[in-house]
Amino acid sequence: MAKKLLDHNGIDKAPTGIPGLDDITNGGLPAGRPTLVSGGPGSGKTLLGISFLVEGASRYGEPGVLFTFEENAQELAADVRSLGYDLDKLCQEKKLLVDYVHVDRSEIEETGEYDLEGLFVRLDHAVRQIGARRVVLDTIETLFGGLRDTGVLRAELRRLFRWLRDRKLTAVVTAERGEQQFTRQGLEEYITDAVIALDHRVHEQISTRRIRVVKYRGSTHGTNEYPFLIGRDGITVLPVTSLLLEHDAPNERVSSGLAELDDMLGGRGYYRASTILMSGTAGTGKTTLSAHFVDAACARGEKCMYFLFEESPQQMIRNMKSAGIDLKRWVDKGLLTFHADRPNRHGLETHLLEMHHAVELADPDVVVVDPITNLMAVGTQTDVRSMLTRVIDFLKTRGVTCLFTSLTTSSQTLEHTEAMISSLMDTWVLVAFDTIKTQRSRHLYVLKSRGMPHSDEVRPFRITSNGFTLLPTKDRKSPATAGARRKK
Amino acid sequence: MSPATASEQFDLRLYVAGQTPKAVRAFANLRRICDEHLAGRYTIEVIDLVENPALGRGDQILALPTLVRRLPTPIKKIIGDLSNTERVLVGLDLRPRARRASA
Repeated sequence: MAKKLLDHNGIDKAPTGIPGLDDITNGGLPAGRPTLVSGGPGSGKTLLGISFLVEGASRYGEPGVLFTFEENAQELAADVRSLGYDLDKLCQEKKLLVDYVHVDRSEIEETGEYDLEGLFVRLDHAVRQIGARRVVLDTIETLFGGLRDTGVLRAELRRLFRWLRDRKLTAVVTAERGEQQFTRQGLEEYITDAVIALDHRVHEQISTRRIRVVKYRGSTHGTNEYPFLIGRDGITVLPVTSLLLEHDAPNERVSSGLAELDDMLGGRGYYRASTILMSGTAGTGKTTLSAHFVDAACARGEKCMYFLFEESPQQMIRNMKSAGIDLKRWVDKGLLTFHADRPNRHGLETHLLEMHHAVELADPDVVVVDPITNLMAVGTQTDVRSMLTRVIDFLKTRGVTCLFTSLTTSSQTLEHTEAMISSLMDTWVLVAFDTIKTQRSRHLYVLKSRGMPHSDEVRPFRITSNGFTLLPTKDRKSPATAGARRKK
Repeated sequence: MSPATASEQFDLRLYVAGQTPKAVRAFANLRRICDEHLAGRYTIEVIDLVENPALGRGDQILALPTLVRRLPTPIKKIIGDLSNTERVLVGLDLRPRARRASA
């Protein structure tokens, strides 16, 4: 009830319709008030403003006026057409009105007292013409370049924002980010209802866009920096879903695909809708283990989605065939789909967003990401962790069982890289090599498995043309530990 | 740019929004300047945006009052109540712009 009071009885919100943004603002921008959106060049300010108008006009029955001080109307329409926004059509339907405001200092001679009543008259006329409820001013600071009398300008801007409030127009006012302050001209002094900052930075040659709600008077809001994308469908802010630890924890168990491994996991395998990490150095058999899991899931008639960041699907199918696992039949039956991509083709968030889209579309029971470590290479550690948390949350909420493989490099201790993601994992299986004399032998153990008794054994195994074969431990004195071995 | 020659016809438009003190002042100043410098070869059209708000868009009107020199071309814009005569003359191309720096 308390939550409801804060979120809904606080102030009215105007939904932006931008996926994710309405989540972090708990419903949208403050209705009937101006919001300041600041950011550097190319940070997505204009697009945010246009999305707000287009969504308002087409989905929420709120016509909108765009006053653009920078691009002309034709250029603008062409720029956003690639994102599926048909401004011309909305204009014809009287749901949108675009006015291009041109100011050029060199063309204007100042000869005494003036005010910006002309701008007010134009805006008022535009708003009345289509019964607008939303207004975007992009980027009004351009006026500072066009007019010399900044005293007049400031007084008039103050009047303009009051004017917008008096008419209960929900407005987005964009501004260039300043050195010391949020905007070059200190517009945050006039617009105090809500301030959103956009940022575009490049880290190790991969660009990431971020959005942050700096201020939102009278409302709760997410305070973090959230990554956002400009993709085929415009802006998407991650999280696409809110971050909540509210997913169900089913008691149902699913087989790992190997009876012996199921034995080690309390005799019954993984929990459904849990997260599983398979880690180990190169060539230890992580992918083969994953293939067994997928094979078993498909045999149960479940849908699996396999994200490959190292191999092509064809290569994977061939390799697993040599280990006696026929994945092609599941692909043919439509139960198994592969999504192969090079990790460094996009930034991390694009990958995760694509995964998000794919999962929403196909609604799988099982998702495998092989290997998750390749994705980690394209973001900083904190990025990866926060994004992974969201994706896992999303998958768990949908009841998807997810398996991640993780490659440990030989210079690291086996449990090193996973430290940052291990807390997100319910079950962690480690596979490793031992070099004894002239032979390398593989072994496997369950490092942790939440909510079930599990074996403490280190089990040797072989990969043959029949797949994984777990061998009995050599130390026969301590047979199965807590994890009851299946009785035969 | 060379100052306009003495034979050219001036087609001027003064944009205002209602009978504000600034608008009244601008009109008076404009009449005085035109009578002194453009006697017999000017027309002034006053456009009140309160009555015709749609007209503000065509000439890109933002500040008020705005004086637009529609002829001779190129189009010139002069904003303010036109109380600084020197600047109005420069804006209308009746004085060379070079002197501006010291003005």
